[in-house]
Amino acid sequence: MTNLIKHIIMILKQDKLKIKLSSFLAYLGLVTVLLTVSCVNTKKKTYENTADIPVNREMVAELTAPPHVPTPVGKRLAKKLIVNMEILEKEGEMTDGVKYVYWTFGGSVPGSFIRTRVGDEVEFTLSNHPDNKLPHNIDLHAVTGPGGGATSSFVAPGHEKTFSFKTLNPGLYVYHCATAPVGMHIANGMYGLILVEPEGGLPPVDKEYYIMQGDFYTKGENGEPGLQAFDMNKAVDEDADYVVFNGSVNALTGDNAITAKVGETVRLFVGNGGPNLTSSFHVIGEIFDNVFVEGGDMINENVQTTSIPAGGAAIVEFRVDVPGTFILVDHAIFRAFNKGALGMLKVEGEDNKTIYSGVVQEGIYNPEGGGVQTMPDDGKAKQTVATTEKTLAEKMESGKQIYMQTCFACHQAEGQGIPNAFPPLAKSDYLNANVDRAIEIVLKGKTGEITVNGEKYNSVMTRQSISNDEIADVLTYVYNSWDNNKTNVTKAMVDRVKSGH
Amino acid sequence: MKAVLRLTICILLFWVHPADCQSKMVKIKGGTYIPLYGRDSLKVTIVDFQMDVYPVTNKEFLEFVKANPKWQRSKVKKLFADKNYLKDWKSDTELGDQQSLKAPITNISWFAAKDYCECQGKRLATIDEWEYVAMSNETIPDARTLKSYNEFILGWYEKPKTFNNEIGSTFKNYWNVYDLHGLVWEWTLDFNSVLVSGESRKDVDNDTNLFCGSAAVGATDLMNYAAFMRYAIRGSLKAKYAMKNLGFRCVRDINE
Repeated sequence: MTNLIKHIIMILKQDKLKIKLSSFLAYLGLVTVLLTVSCVNTKKKTYENTADIPVNREMVAELTAPPHVPTPVGKRLAKKLIVNMEILEKEGEMTDGVKYVYWTFGGSVPGSFIRTRVGDEVEFTLSNHPDNKLPHNIDLHAVTGPGGGATSSFVAPGHEKTFSFKTLNPGLYVYHCATAPVGMHIANGMYGLILVEPEGGLPPVDKEYYIMQGDFYTKGENGEPGLQAFDMNKAVDEDADYVVFNGSVNALTGDNAITAKVGETVRLFVGNGGPNLTSSFHVIGEIFDNVFVEGGDMINENVQTTSIPAGGAAIVEFRVDVPGTFILVDHAIFRAFNKGALGMLKVEGEDNKTIYSGVVQEGIYNPEGGGVQTMPDDGKAKQTVATTEKTLAEKMESGKQIYMQTCFACHQAEGQGIPNAFPPLAKSDYLNANVDRAIEIVLKGKTGEITVNGEKYNSVMTRQSISNDEIADVLTYVYNSWDNNKTNVTKAMVDRVKSGH
Repeated sequence: MKAVLRLTICILLFWVHPADCQSKMVKIKGGTYIPLYGRDSLKVTIVDFQMDVYPVTNKEFLEFVKANPKWQRSKVKKLFADKNYLKDWKSDTELGDQQSLKAPITNISWFAAKDYCECQGKRLATIDEWEYVAMSNETIPDARTLKSYNEFILGWYEKPKTFNNEIGSTFKNYWNVYDLHGLVWEWTLDFNSVLVSGESRKDVDNDTNLFCGSAAVGATDLMNYAAFMRYAIRGSLKAKYAMKNLGFRCVRDINE
């Protein structure tokens, strides 16, 4: 561009004021053409080899603690990027009442987020706080070189080491400590993410967050209060007490939840520090529009759950269309509800009833009756003692109630059953033929083919968890309704069947 | 000449104030053992020697620098001590407010530690000697396979700021030596002879002494984790480094 302007000035100087307006316009036209052409020519050079991308100027990198990420690189040119990271061994809270000594990059678990673009020359200084006990180093998966920087960054407490590298491949990368015992350093929280954006940056989105899963191994079981030491044996056995996002159970819940507004696009940079477990990352109530698979270039669309290996990462993007709280989980679901791998995304804004209606209608759904269902016959139904035998009227009243709660859903209001699925109780030859058999079916359930009023049924009735008294009542009700044989079933009969005569 | 003169002064001091200058020592009976990095073919034999019962204290080192001004903070050669050297002291001859006289001296370089010991006719322990004494617990000389022994060491790795605890605050081991674990790291004479490279995983294929130790990390043996961290810290050091968690004690050969 500057050349062009010089060119114009030069032309103008040469011709001075001698030129007429028309010829000046002609020149202007020519220049415009030149300008257009040269615009194409000066369009950013693309480099076949990213190692050839030149850097200009120096810049101190912005580092952020999770769940925040630094400003996107946008269209900036490659620079010499100064990264200063401090290692701190410090006590933190795993969950309410449970303390843990974390080893951290930058004071947080996961460590500070580093944001670079391809071609940047990163000058990395790793400082080990004097109060720390152990030497540490850093292996950045974004580094091309032996040990990913580990060899050059091995640093004793109270000292610092500087090394530099050029970011050659765009993507989202894990970094971690690689000092012996490596597993212990990682298990104590020494990992984080470094993002290498492509030239021109990632497409802009409304919200970006930084989430990293890790598994922790403590002397005490999950929830045991006090300062918990690291347990090497459990770590070797991969028997995690805590599996959490961002270093602790409550890092992304309640007031710490991440937020967005309806209509916004959310981008999550999700890493997995491990040391052992692979994450099945899922957001309940959302579908990822885009997943940068394994943090690389490949984009998968419309993904429910994405797998993030230990020492790996993924970028997930989705537009939030309806308000509410969306739960982030490791869908290896016991980790979410029993070990802490649970976070929250709170979305505010207007409802969209087309996309999600909320509750439209409430009703009772009793496919197998209201009693607690168990599989046939564990022989331990609860017993209630009826002191006196009830009258038929009392039994009919009680029986009807029980029927409506327990039997109605399948056998229907008038005992008519459902053809081909549930046999009728009304005017039922099967029922009337054998009262003990009927009692036994209610007590123990029934599986397999039976013939009722000439129709074959092959279905399952689960054992009903109602008392012998209630069985007597409900069967009396059934036998005294719908043209059945009016048997009065007593509790004694039920007791007898139950005890096997 | 100067050196000779200083040595003479040292020796003089040594004779004049034996109580001040010389801490209590105990005899360690030699033996043969397999260190962390060893195999059967790499057994190490230790001959009898004497070891300080406690790490050198702030008080003892204070007296040392008063007698040897070249080891005072403002006068020390940069080659022999980095900027952390006696960093928390108020002045050349005053401890910091937070520092206890009876706490172990830390933030000293290998050169300073070595000179201190030599000044008393002693020397720093070799790694093999140090590890030999340190593998005992209260009752047995080699407790490395005991869970409780290893848990104590690993537990210390996670306790912050133990450097300001007083000497003798941990356990007395089989040899009647205190504080080998649980207080501070300690300099050894040949701290850098077993190299843990910065890239700890690579050591597995390195043809270094740690070949086996590193390979054993893959095993479930807790012992290697505890010890490996000591080797790791030694590997990260340079002789001029001074560290808040690193002190020393001396040993002496038994000449008969």
